[in-house]
Amino acid sequence: MIVEIGHYALVLAFALALVQSVVPIWGSKTRDASLMAMAVPGALGQFLFVAIAAASLIYAHVQSDFSVVNVVENSHSLKPLLYKITGVWGNHEGSMLLWVFILALFGALVALFGRNLPRTLKANVLAVQAWIASAFYLFILMTSNPFQRVWPAPMEGNDLNPVLQDIGLAIHPPLLYLGYVGFSISFSFAIAALIEGRIDAAWARWVRPWSLAAWIFLTLGIAMGSYWAYYELGWGGWWFWDPVENASFMPWLAGTALLHSAIVMEKRDALKVWTILLAILAFSLSLLGTFLVRSGVLTSVHAFATDPARGVFILAILVIFIGGSLSLFAWRAAGLTAGGLFAPISREGALVFNNLFLTVSCAVVLVGTLYPLLFEVVTGSKITVGPPFFNLVFGIFISVLLVAVPLGPMLAWKRGDLIGATQRLWGAAAIAIVTLLLVWWPMAAAILPSLGVGVAVWVMAGSVVEVAHRVKLFSLPLATSLRRALGMPRSSWGMAIAHFGLGMTVLGVVAESSWNQERILVMKPGDSVQIAQYDLRLDGILHRNGPNYTENASHFSVLQGGVVVTSMEPTRRQYQARRMGTSETAISTFWFSQLYLALGEADPSGGSAVRIYWKPLVTLIWLGAIVMALGGLMSLADRRLRIGAPVPAAKSDARRRGQLTPVAAE
Amino acid sequence: MKTLSRYFVIALIALLATSVARAVQPDEMLKDPQLEARARAISAELRCLVCQNQSIDDSNADLAHDLRVLVRDRIMAGDDDAAVMDYLVQRYGEYVLLRPRFSLGNALLWAAGPVALFGGLIVIWFTTRETRMRKERPLTETEEARVEAIIARSLRDH
Repeated sequence: MIVEIGHYALVLAFALALVQSVVPIWGSKTRDASLMAMAVPGALGQFLFVAIAAASLIYAHVQSDFSVVNVVENSHSLKPLLYKITGVWGNHEGSMLLWVFILALFGALVALFGRNLPRTLKANVLAVQAWIASAFYLFILMTSNPFQRVWPAPMEGNDLNPVLQDIGLAIHPPLLYLGYVGFSISFSFAIAALIEGRIDAAWARWVRPWSLAAWIFLTLGIAMGSYWAYYELGWGGWWFWDPVENASFMPWLAGTALLHSAIVMEKRDALKVWTILLAILAFSLSLLGTFLVRSGVLTSVHAFATDPARGVFILAILVIFIGGSLSLFAWRAAGLTAGGLFAPISREGALVFNNLFLTVSCAVVLVGTLYPLLFEVVTGSKITVGPPFFNLVFGIFISVLLVAVPLGPMLAWKRGDLIGATQRLWGAAAIAIVTLLLVWWPMAAAILPSLGVGVAVWVMAGSVVEVAHRVKLFSLPLATSLRRALGMPRSSWGMAIAHFGLGMTVLGVVAESSWNQERILVMKPGDSVQIAQYDLRLDGILHRNGPNYTENASHFSVLQGGVVVTSMEPTRRQYQARRMGTSETAISTFWFSQLYLALGEADPSGGSAVRIYWKPLVTLIWLGAIVMALGGLMSLADRRLRIGAPVPAAKSDARRRGQLTPVAAE
Repeated sequence: MKTLSRYFVIALIALLATSVARAVQPDEMLKDPQLEARARAISAELRCLVCQNQSIDDSNADLAHDLRVLVRDRIMAGDDDAAVMDYLVQRYGEYVLLRPRFSLGNALLWAAGPVALFGGLIVIWFTTRETRMRKERPLTETEEARVEAIIARSLRDH
């Protein structure tokens, strides 16, 4: 019964979304306030109904209701409660339900917190949001119904894929979707602006917090997914340039570009057309990602052709939304007026540079991801585009951008002074070069990794120097500098922190890929092996029983200079229901570096194959992402952007500019 | 089940092989560390043909094991790196290479980045041309007067 209520609630949400797709926009055309106002209860109602649908599916999973196909296929009565809940979105149908749940959540948030938005803009934004929602509700109801019953109900379920029975599944998909789907708001704002044919700095100010929030979640979601893959898969890789990863990375690149161009639009009223386009692109790439992951086209073009229902449906959504929005853009964008002037060497110029390289990097990833599919369709033969390609080409473009990161914030708006900016950064440059030489010469490292470390340090030191310069550290008394630091806008702090985090991630990437060590060998109890400055001794193997698995744990002691510093226990698990084995890795963190152990097959001689890795500074990869997200959060807390903060300042700003514009332009 | 969990990289990879970490096995490795290092570097460039975008160096699949052994056999037979690659391409086609070769068929792939960069620069050049032409001129006397008036008014208001 509960399950049927969930199904019915989803149908109601669809019906409500259809109404919300039409009525508010009609209201904004006819200037009818009551029709426009319909969008708010519409969005809230949608959220309520989708929440009921999601809750009832969770209920079915928690209760192990095996009369529901989705539960049978993905659950087991003995599965721990946490995984019964997370298993809800660990499958196609459930994850699509999570997708629309988050879409409805964002719609409801705009309805609740968008009080200060102009009425027509708000009505149009929520209507566009409802178009997206309608399409995906219909997709779920037609092709991916999670509420399907089965009769007779089996006694037991098939259990969830063991690799997914991990805390990672609880965190990664919700975060990722909050990011992915969050860009739908920027998209809706862009479409609404195009429909109205009006866009100004205030628009950028309204849309920026939403893009920023989506970006923060996407950053954390990608980092979390990467760490999950790292500890779960057992060979210590953290990024594979797999199409599924690229699907989330492309919206991130476009979204990052969007955040930067929105700054120019907000501060200088320039780059309007481009910002709109980026808002459309960021969400279009999210849709493309959904298509790639959900349609089955990745495994093979042929698999897609044999079971096309879902794929064709999402492809249709993709074509309608991307094609429609780009057509609308082509039609209306020309009417948008160009904004403030700026010289090539200026803060605006630097942000254009940032946008150029981010979008080109994004294009490289896009082409690399789609090329094998297109190649197969066109020529019939298969080709692979893998990590060596992406590392090389993406690496080149992103390196150029990284070198420029510290320079941008040092340039003035409108007309900057590159030589002056470089001079102010001499401290950062000195630190970077000294580090580079210290790594290169005494450690006898190769030149490329040393350069990589130099660039990472340059980015980090650059953001520190930028803050020091802003607060006039050393040129004013310390107390005055401190006061200036406290008074610095939070968005400036946010930028400095996020750039510092970027440098951390780069440092982690370079160090791990260049100086990781590994030992792959068969070990028997009593054996020892040395890696980095540690000795690892296999003490013994223990047998244990878990709730829905049995496991063999190998107990290792980690010694440094003959003293035991810690112990590690990688295990091999056997899950009964699916008769699948998994290898649970053991990881010990020493400062920012990690020791990583994974078990391979048991050896006939009584030993066990062991893979031991030393990963220098590897945690910086993810810590850097967390710091980036913190920077975003800091920026989000800025008074100007706080959701729901009063707008008079913005309005009077615009008015003052409005009066002065005729003077400057024409 | 096949379509259901095609959701995370992790699930993807796990579906295609048992997920006990097996990648490179101790018994496969060559005694000579230099030759082994070469074998590892070559392996990272080769695709496990039955996996999703995984190199044979990382993969657990049986085929990956066979290919790793094959690579090492070729190295022991005295092939240089290029010859090993050629040997595998002859047997399995270009599909086996994780980094596609520079060729006419792949021109679009390799050129995508530079073309996008060049195109972007052209777009930037043309879109800013108008603003570059539209030099800021000094204010006329009436405009100056208006600015003065506005400033004076706002000073009085505060």
